Amino acid sequence: VTAYGRVEGGLWPAFYRPKTLGIVGILLGVLAVFVVIPPITARSIVWPILIGILAIAVGIWTSSRGERRLGLGATAAGVFGIALGILVTHSGEANLNNVFNAGLISGTFVFSTPLVFAGIGGVFSERSGVVNIGLEGMMLMGAFWSVYGADKTGSWALGLVIAGFAGGMMALVHAYFSIHLRADQIVSGVAINFLALGITGYFFFQLYHGQDIPAGVATIPDVKLPWISNLHFLGQAIGDLNLMVWLSFLLVFVSWLVIFRTSFGLRIRACGEHPRAADTVGINVYGVRYFCVILSGVLAALGGAYLSDGFGGGLFTDNMTEGRGFIALAAMIFGNWRPLGTFYAALLFGFSTKLGLLLQTYSQSASTLFQALPYVLTLVAVAGVIGRTVPPAADGKPYVKQ
Amino acid sequence: MTEPTPEPNLPPVTPEAAAETGTLISRISLRQRSGGIVIPIFTVVLAFLIGGVVVAATGHNPFTAYHDIFDGAGLNWFGHPTTNTIDTAPYNLTQTLLLTTTLILTGLAVAFAFRCGMFNIGGQGQYFVGIFVANWIGTSWAGMAPLPHVLIAIVAATLAGAFWAGIAGFLKATVGAHEVITTIMLNWIAIWIGTWLVGDGGPLQNNANTSLPISNDVKPSAQLPVFWGDQGLQGLHIGFFIAIAALVVFWVILNRTTLGYEVKAVGYNPEAAAYAGINVKKNLIRAMAISGAFAGLAGALDMLGYLYRIGVSDIPVSQVGFLGIAVALLGRNTAVGVGLAAFLFGALLFGTTHGLQSGAIDPNLAGYLTYIIQGLIVLFVGADLLILYLWNSRRKLRRKEATA
Repeated sequence: VTAYGRVEGGLWPAFYRPKTLGIVGILLGVLAVFVVIPPITARSIVWPILIGILAIAVGIWTSSRGERRLGLGATAAGVFGIALGILVTHSGEANLNNVFNAGLISGTFVFSTPLVFAGIGGVFSERSGVVNIGLEGMMLMGAFWSVYGADKTGSWALGLVIAGFAGGMMALVHAYFSIHLRADQIVSGVAINFLALGITGYFFFQLYHGQDIPAGVATIPDVKLPWISNLHFLGQAIGDLNLMVWLSFLLVFVSWLVIFRTSFGLRIRACGEHPRAADTVGINVYGVRYFCVILSGVLAALGGAYLSDGFGGGLFTDNMTEGRGFIALAAMIFGNWRPLGTFYAALLFGFSTKLGLLLQTYSQSASTLFQALPYVLTLVAVAGVIGRTVPPAADGKPYVKQ
Repeated sequence: MTEPTPEPNLPPVTPEAAAETGTLISRISLRQRSGGIVIPIFTVVLAFLIGGVVVAATGHNPFTAYHDIFDGAGLNWFGHPTTNTIDTAPYNLTQTLLLTTTLILTGLAVAFAFRCGMFNIGGQGQYFVGIFVANWIGTSWAGMAPLPHVLIAIVAATLAGAFWAGIAGFLKATVGAHEVITTIMLNWIAIWIGTWLVGDGGPLQNNANTSLPISNDVKPSAQLPVFWGDQGLQGLHIGFFIAIAALVVFWVILNRTTLGYEVKAVGYNPEAAAYAGINVKKNLIRAMAISGAFAGLAGALDMLGYLYRIGVSDIPVSQVGFLGIAVALLGRNTAVGVGLAAFLFGALLFGTTHGLQSGAIDPNLAGYLTYIIQGLIVLFVGADLLILYLWNSRRKLRRKEATA
């Protein structure tokens, strides 16, 4: 198959390929850390160093055989694996158990869920060719109006509907200005963020005087898995997650299916890559773009609703999203404008958030610096060090019908 | 999120054609020619009208509310303040001008990059970098003479802002990373590094009282002299004149230097500029760095002029960098426009928050009204086609009148 494939077919040659070995190298780097944290908790620094060196060796071998990027990744994974592994073996075993437990897994899901919703929303919008910097504002709308809706109607489901409507309305403004009026989409998105901050804050004070959202607002329920929730580790990790967390998994799958496996998804992608060609074959470019932008607003609002009415316990605070919309944007870029990639990036960012919170007990400084990680990673990703991020070709360009 | 490139087959001939097919920059240049000062004023009036509708719809009197905001900003000082506001009017005006100082510079930061065809959303991060560097130098070297201390602090903060924005310029020039994404990321990196610096156990945290996540106070030798008001009560410092001077510098760079000519050429059409022998990459980095220098300077003047310290809780509240976007867009990226827009937003910001003493509208509500008005202004300023449409229909109307 390749220039190195002297032997064809069979399992061993497949393993022998540089690409496969590069991935193994990266996994070895992860393993170097994994052996020293619970539940294995090896207390000797020998293990992470040995496995890390192996990862570096594999990385060097891989990059010398043409797979330069993977090789670099494996080498870096080895170096980080050794460094982290040594750090971890130097901290107390009780501390380790406080950080690396089932809570870390459930917390990862908790913090990644709003990012998944908003990030997938961003994927739809940008795949159709409309840049959406306004995700943050649309999330914020969802966060406030879901609580308002749940409070006034007494039902969390209607709260979600109202949140989706509010986010969709915000997105409609963005869609109208960026599609029909052909305003600069970034300027329009920035305006959406300001507007949402103003509208939610204004009505928060007008309707609730800034604090008195009545206690006992109907919140989005948790899903207790009948068998698993009684298990020791798995039960704590995934036995009692919020409904929205499970919906976010479903959303990832459905959006992947829609975007890459249906004709409608093909239309969306066509509008984002080459709107003129799409128009020529009879696709309604404006219609598709309107649909996708409004959908992105609805999804972002659902993510915001989870913040306030799910994980937040039915409470809204002023400017509640605190930049999560931008992390979602980062997750979308890091995930290369793909639903699955966005999901993995959101998991990574959720993990770093939860880990940062758990580290707070030991080191406030380290915990704070950890919060910058998603942004640094995204910066590195767009700089093309890890691999190129490729936006849709017509992303951000207004389309003029002829 | 790629840079909008002009379509080579369709050269924009008429202004209308340019609006149909052209890039953002060509449309901005179109607006520069077509509307004069009418469009920004029209935008502001429309935004205030909609804001007034929101106020009225929620059961407050918009006229008294706007009147109280006007007084809260100290603008009644220019007229005849009534007896009950005669004491507060000058104080409110100094506060409005303090904010104007900052907004002029954060506005210039956005405007300069815009002239080079880039959108610098990172003004907030560059401002923070300036704040923290100025705080670091201002709180060190207690025995230093005032003039060198102030100068070193200002220059270092300005350079730090230039460096922070320069990262985005460098990434754009070398690997083509879109500056909107990189500056957003750099904003949040600056915010978290700043939170770490002055937070619990951080290197810039107050070493007299380690229980509070607040920085030390800037030493008196590094504080800027106050010329109107009280040094202890946030009087107006000489940084105001530095900001005015920055407006002049901005104008001179763009209109009277080779650097400005090249920057504008790259902004109008990078390919044509490259063909004319202009080094596009160098100019992208340069323009971004100058852009960041303005924002870093804003941070330095705020820190040395009246803040003197910064705490973790101050960081998420600050919006001046983002407001700079609205200032630059409303001021149409010109020196005079930025100055006027900064004054408008400075007045709006102070008049709706600390300065507001009103029975008609709660200061909390008014504060959020500012965001709504600001959002509407940005939205309408960005929608040149809407404005062009109104403009053209007005011209058509006039033509019809002339023939009739």
